[in-house]
Amino acid sequence: MEEVFTMTKNSYNTAELVAIMSARLLEDGKIIFGGAGMPLISCVLAQKMHAPRLTILFEGGVIGPHIEPGKLPPSTNEQRAARRGNMHLSITDVLLLQQRGYVDYGFLGGAQIDQYGNLNSSFIGDADNPKVRLPGTGGANDIASLASKILVAMHHEKRRFVEKVDFITTPGYLQGGDSREKAGLTAGGIYRVITHLGLFDFHPTTRRMRLEALHPGAQVEEVQENTGFEMLIPDEIGHTDPPTEEELRILRELDPDQRYTRAKDE
Amino acid sequence: MDYRKARQEIVEKNKGIRDKRTTLEEAVSMINDKDHVAVGGLQYTRTPMGVLWEIIRQKKQDITFYKPLMSFEGDWLFVSGAMGKAVTSWFSGGVTWGVSKIMRTFAERDPSTFEEWSLLGLSLRFKAGAMGIPCIPTKTMLGSDLEKIRGLKRFTCPYSGEEMLLIPAVNPDVAIIHSQIADKYGNAQIFGPPCLDIETAKAASKVILTTEQIVDNEHIRDAPNSTNIPFFCVDAVVELPFGCYPHECYGRYEPAYEKLGEYGQGLLKAEDKIGFVQEYLDKYFYQPADFPEYLDLFGVRSLVEATRRGRIWPL
Repeated sequence: MEEVFTMTKNSYNTAELVAIMSARLLEDGKIIFGGAGMPLISCVLAQKMHAPRLTILFEGGVIGPHIEPGKLPPSTNEQRAARRGNMHLSITDVLLLQQRGYVDYGFLGGAQIDQYGNLNSSFIGDADNPKVRLPGTGGANDIASLASKILVAMHHEKRRFVEKVDFITTPGYLQGGDSREKAGLTAGGIYRVITHLGLFDFHPTTRRMRLEALHPGAQVEEVQENTGFEMLIPDEIGHTDPPTEEELRILRELDPDQRYTRAKDE
Repeated sequence: MDYRKARQEIVEKNKGIRDKRTTLEEAVSMINDKDHVAVGGLQYTRTPMGVLWEIIRQKKQDITFYKPLMSFEGDWLFVSGAMGKAVTSWFSGGVTWGVSKIMRTFAERDPSTFEEWSLLGLSLRFKAGAMGIPCIPTKTMLGSDLEKIRGLKRFTCPYSGEEMLLIPAVNPDVAIIHSQIADKYGNAQIFGPPCLDIETAKAASKVILTTEQIVDNEHIRDAPNSTNIPFFCVDAVVELPFGCYPHECYGRYEPAYEKLGEYGQGLLKAEDKIGFVQEYLDKYFYQPADFPEYLDLFGVRSLVEATRRGRIWPL
């Protein structure tokens, strides 16, 4: 275990780890809404590894963008993201593909997540008198409401993994149990949370966040220490395989300057 | 705007085909203080910057601006006083320049100045406005705190029993849109993602169209499938090359990333954020005699480089 931990520290950083572990979750032949930065890198990595028929959509209205290694668009709303796509749609129409059921995955980040997978990107403090006004949801609320399976990639920190978010910008399982379905959200839900410590899913009935697998070198105690609520720890915990040389090589070709895969903790 | 009034304005609109070419100054004089104005494009793509520039120069006040994603132009509109309220899904500097400190200053002092909708929620407001209906049902935004703070109403579908959210339509006073080409009547052809421009053009009472290039009507008729906005929606046509600068226009020029970065970094470093923006406004907005003189401030090298990076043949 000690040896693996050393290799972890030396051969890849936490952002690369999250990108690779996320990419592995994406099945071939599916459709995904990808945001700028790390989500996009994960999608393209999956395409180059095991999912060549994974189709990427951008909220800017692009179906099947043409992404060149080393030339990742800084946002998904500009021509670097749109050139040579298969189709350009209005924002309304590309987002409504999700309501129809065409979109298998959504891929989100967030400032804060709670034990039911709700995300906050609007207000720290009270919405009427906020301590901090955050930039807002963009298309995240729509993706989490309408796509079939949501992936959330985050750095695992206590201040980000909170018992209750100050504001539910983007719905996970709301108050847990069947509250999401009762609210009228009959599709979707958070599929996996991917952090630099492990993979997390949600208990099938309580909908509380649960440790599914630890990444190489990570310990259960480390997960608990960095989580601001009681994480469900099952008796049997999986372990992910370390990133391969091929995954790291492709990732670094895509983002040679580490613009989107720079370590968060170094 | 009231549903029936919004329809009546279109009924009474002069829909005859006619030459609508005018100056930027004249076109912007159609906008009044406190109007509701929908801004075309998205984040920093195909922003009708020339019109925003002229709005600020004409010292318009307290306008409610709608934009799907708001970028640095929101800072300029807030600090100049032109914007009383931003209605948007996201308001920030950009991916590498962090959260807009100007947005934070305004929205933390008075949260009502930044009205947040989900991107599809806002899009559907314009869709309903364009369809001539007062609201539209959807499955998005349900259960979130955005549903609560916007005070949205629900209904149960009488056919399927599905619980739905009703998104209210919006019919802005004016939509401002920039296209690659248009004829003098206002038939506009947009290339690249159309963003929400087609919906907003139909939802608004009036449309100000700026365009990189005015072409002959024969050219429009050669490719009618490429016409996104029909002439009868449009009230003013202004030929304005580099009309999105320093933002981008698909197939014509990329953003002036280095100039946006200068602003973004400058704002991050400045101790007096509002003062920094005021100086920027003075230099880029109030001082130049006309739009080409504004472009002069970016310089030929910047324009040539942005064109070289962004030009797609044969656009």
